[in-house]
Amino acid sequence: MGNKPKIAFYWCSSCGGCEESLVDMAEAIVELSTQIEIVLWPVAADFKKKDIEAMADGEIVATMLNGAIRTSEQEEMARLLRRKSQILIAYGSCAYTGGIPGLSNQFPREQLLKYVYHDAPSVVNPEGQDPQTEFHDAGRVATLPIFSEVVRSLDQVVDVDYYIPGCAPNPELVLDAIHALLSGNLPSKGTVLAPDIALCEHCPRLKTKPADIAIDEFKRPHQHLIDPNVCMLVQGFACLGPATRSGCGGACLKANMPCTGCFGPMSNVRDQGAKALCALASIVAGTTNEEIDSALDGIPDPVGTFYRYGLAKSMLRRKVNMEPTLSK
Amino acid sequence: MDDKTIGNGSEEVRIGFFICHCGSNIAGTIDVEAVADYVRTLPNVVVSSDYKYTCSVAGQDMIVEDILKYKLNRVVVAACSPLLHEKTFRAATQRGGINPFFFHMVNIREHGSWVHQDRALATQKAMDMARGAIARVKFHKALEKRREPVRQSVLVVGGGIAGIHAALTMANAGKKVYLVEREPTIGGHMAMFDKTFPTLDCAACILTPKMSEVGSHPNIVLWSYSEVTEIKGYVGNYDVTVKRKPRYIKEDLCVGCLDCIDHCVFKTGNTDDEFNQNLSKRKPVYIPFAQAVPRLVAIDPAACTHLNGGKCEQSCATACDRQAIDFEQKETFEHIGVGAVIVATGFKPFDAHRKPLYGYGRFPDVYTALEVERLVCSSGPTGGDVVLKDGSKPKSVGIIHCVGSRDHQTNRWCSRVCCMYSLKLAHLLKEHTDAEIYNFYIDIRTPGKGYEEFYERLQEEGNHFIRGRVGDITDVPIIPEEEGRMIVRVEDSLAGFVRRIPVDMVVLATGLEPREDASEIRRRFNISCSSEGFFLERHPKLAPVSTTTDGVFLAGCCQGPKDIPDTVAQAGAAAAESLVLLDVGYVEMEPMTAFVTEKYCSGCKTCLPLCPFSAISRDEEKGVAVINPVLCKGCGTCVAACPSGAITQNLFEDRQIFAEIEELLVHA
Repeated sequence: MGNKPKIAFYWCSSCGGCEESLVDMAEAIVELSTQIEIVLWPVAADFKKKDIEAMADGEIVATMLNGAIRTSEQEEMARLLRRKSQILIAYGSCAYTGGIPGLSNQFPREQLLKYVYHDAPSVVNPEGQDPQTEFHDAGRVATLPIFSEVVRSLDQVVDVDYYIPGCAPNPELVLDAIHALLSGNLPSKGTVLAPDIALCEHCPRLKTKPADIAIDEFKRPHQHLIDPNVCMLVQGFACLGPATRSGCGGACLKANMPCTGCFGPMSNVRDQGAKALCALASIVAGTTNEEIDSALDGIPDPVGTFYRYGLAKSMLRRKVNMEPTLSK
Repeated sequence: MDDKTIGNGSEEVRIGFFICHCGSNIAGTIDVEAVADYVRTLPNVVVSSDYKYTCSVAGQDMIVEDILKYKLNRVVVAACSPLLHEKTFRAATQRGGINPFFFHMVNIREHGSWVHQDRALATQKAMDMARGAIARVKFHKALEKRREPVRQSVLVVGGGIAGIHAALTMANAGKKVYLVEREPTIGGHMAMFDKTFPTLDCAACILTPKMSEVGSHPNIVLWSYSEVTEIKGYVGNYDVTVKRKPRYIKEDLCVGCLDCIDHCVFKTGNTDDEFNQNLSKRKPVYIPFAQAVPRLVAIDPAACTHLNGGKCEQSCATACDRQAIDFEQKETFEHIGVGAVIVATGFKPFDAHRKPLYGYGRFPDVYTALEVERLVCSSGPTGGDVVLKDGSKPKSVGIIHCVGSRDHQTNRWCSRVCCMYSLKLAHLLKEHTDAEIYNFYIDIRTPGKGYEEFYERLQEEGNHFIRGRVGDITDVPIIPEEEGRMIVRVEDSLAGFVRRIPVDMVVLATGLEPREDASEIRRRFNISCSSEGFFLERHPKLAPVSTTTDGVFLAGCCQGPKDIPDTVAQAGAAAAESLVLLDVGYVEMEPMTAFVTEKYCSGCKTCLPLCPFSAISRDEEKGVAVINPVLCKGCGTCVAACPSGAITQNLFEDRQIFAEIEELLVHA
């Protein structure tokens, strides 16, 4: 067992979907387990932090870390795993670009805590307690990690070697990555392990998109019947396929939902949200302010539409009146 | 790439920075020495200096010498607008042996010294901008201008005096000219005039020889009764579609004997004669006027009985011994290629109905100036007799200036020609009728050669000049002398009281307006217009006949009101500019165009509808967008919109722009 390559899986600020995607590899993971030694996988097995700390630096061949970095504990684990791993892979949208948790960068930390612990309709907190990082009771101290000012992608905290995009990544992509890893046949550092071309390239609906497309009304998917064969943009749904890396197999479109952009931008795009916004704004039909406003009424949440997965890693990154307390 | 050019992107970046005082234009507000000292400390900067006038020969030589002395491979100049001197400094860079696109310019004059007063802050801003440029220029690449051949032909749109003069000039220089005129004859408004000011030359006598020269010139293809419907392509290589409206005459057979007109079943005219300003009637088969060019009749489908499905013995057709009449004729389309285009589509006279208080259309003897031109003309509807609608001669005439000009209710601009043509008409009316002539004016504007002298002559001839904008024309008399006459009510601003002047005839000196379809024409030729709708020259002083579209030039009143001498001068200038383009024989295409990196293009079609120059098409086989670099103007619209980052624009690459922005904001 000792000479099989050591692999670690870890999670930070995430929903658990990425863990599901590992399990989705089904029998392939059984086969894999004969070739690798899993040294850390908190969701599935009982490994301890001290086991990792006891390892030599670089002893782990590769770590796949999912989830964004929001707390001091997550940052600490990211740094530890970075040190112990030859290769660190940002796994899934949150680790890659901040993901859904990154949307909280629109609000200051204090506002978030106030809402969650006091103002949210479901909160019951009669004593008005706020979360503390330390709690003393009967001579013992319980601690909680520090909740930082902003959500960060993994590479905003530590050096990252590869990225597997997706919310969550699909098993085929993950298997390909692991096989590449085992065979040593790896691309250059920093590569996103998915095809470097937009989803439209493979979309069967593209042929229904006219050359002179002009959108006079954006529609929200839950309010309309969607034609399963026609380009989402032609139907007025804000599909991010043109601005999103492929590799997902068009899963959402197969389920008749527009692409929401989880695979992130192509390699030569610096800001996926800005690009998607530019592209869609360019094909709005109206010429007067009123016509344009009315078309855009169908996009009530532009940040949530164009930066759903990428706000933390984008040029916008966070609301500007905040100062991060944790430095990189 | 030229073998001698250095800078393949791999060698060490060595930047030379030069900051210009521009006399005191920049140095008066910005501490240029401090900026030079600061930039010298930046990475990759090998030399940094300031100079009084960097654009001077000595300043350029300094750049060339420093390139050689310090083995520079990048040059940044902080000076005025790139619009002014980018070319100058690119050329200097090239003389130093570097590809000219390794040069970058920072505008610290228009964006700096001219808009700031605080010396310290303006200096800081100049430093920031320079730092951005230094960061950006590292990422510049060697680029090459491409050359495209220029077709040796020109399209002239509009056959008034402007189009005629431009066409003849080009044709005499040996170029092939296509002259397209909407009406059945060339000649335009000038053909309708009787005399021209201030010399009182007979308009026809000076115009018609030029018209016949156009008609017979071997280098001119004249398409009258035709319109340009589409223009595509780019400077030097325009593809033009011309619609030839059916005139129901076989042009190659008609010799202009006019027998058909004599034999028309209508013995007298049955429809308004536009050429005579509807003051007379013409037949359905007609020639606009005796000296029309081409001398071809036309059949008016609106007035012809046969073409309206009525019963007609078609005597015109039988009268033609050459069988030239063809009632089955349909519109046809000609496709031509030209190197340059001269737009000379003229003007529209102000519609006098828009000033209802002056009674046009309400009182029979209120005329527009153009109507009076026809009345005083010996080939006009009355044979030159100036008579009122009841057949009598007027004993007094009022000429109202500035109708539809200098008027906030209608058009605010001065139409430039009305003062002088009003004086001319005053002289001609006096000559024809010996009536008392009253000129009602706001200011008399005579800024042309011999114009003021003509005004003096008119004053000596006993014409009355009353300064004041006319309030209205009324037919309600208050004293016996006013009975049965029109009364001009005007506040005489010199005398300081309101006058009532009874007259028999009123002439409205209507101003000049853009044509009704000017904005349509403007879009077709992709040129701009000013707020009033006249076509916009590229620069009012330095490029007065050019437009923002290369290879499209302006002549005559489509660009703004002007008299015949100015029109002819401008037409000559437009012809000269076109000749330069054609004679150089090629156009250099700026390399700051956009291109598609195929492997990144998903074929999502986002860019296809966006290009204002129709430069983007789709390669259906490969499923990718393709940009025609010749049509691309480098506007950047598709570059911004491309959601894949597959479209890049030379000199505006992401890494260049972001490097500049990041350095610019580093202290913000």
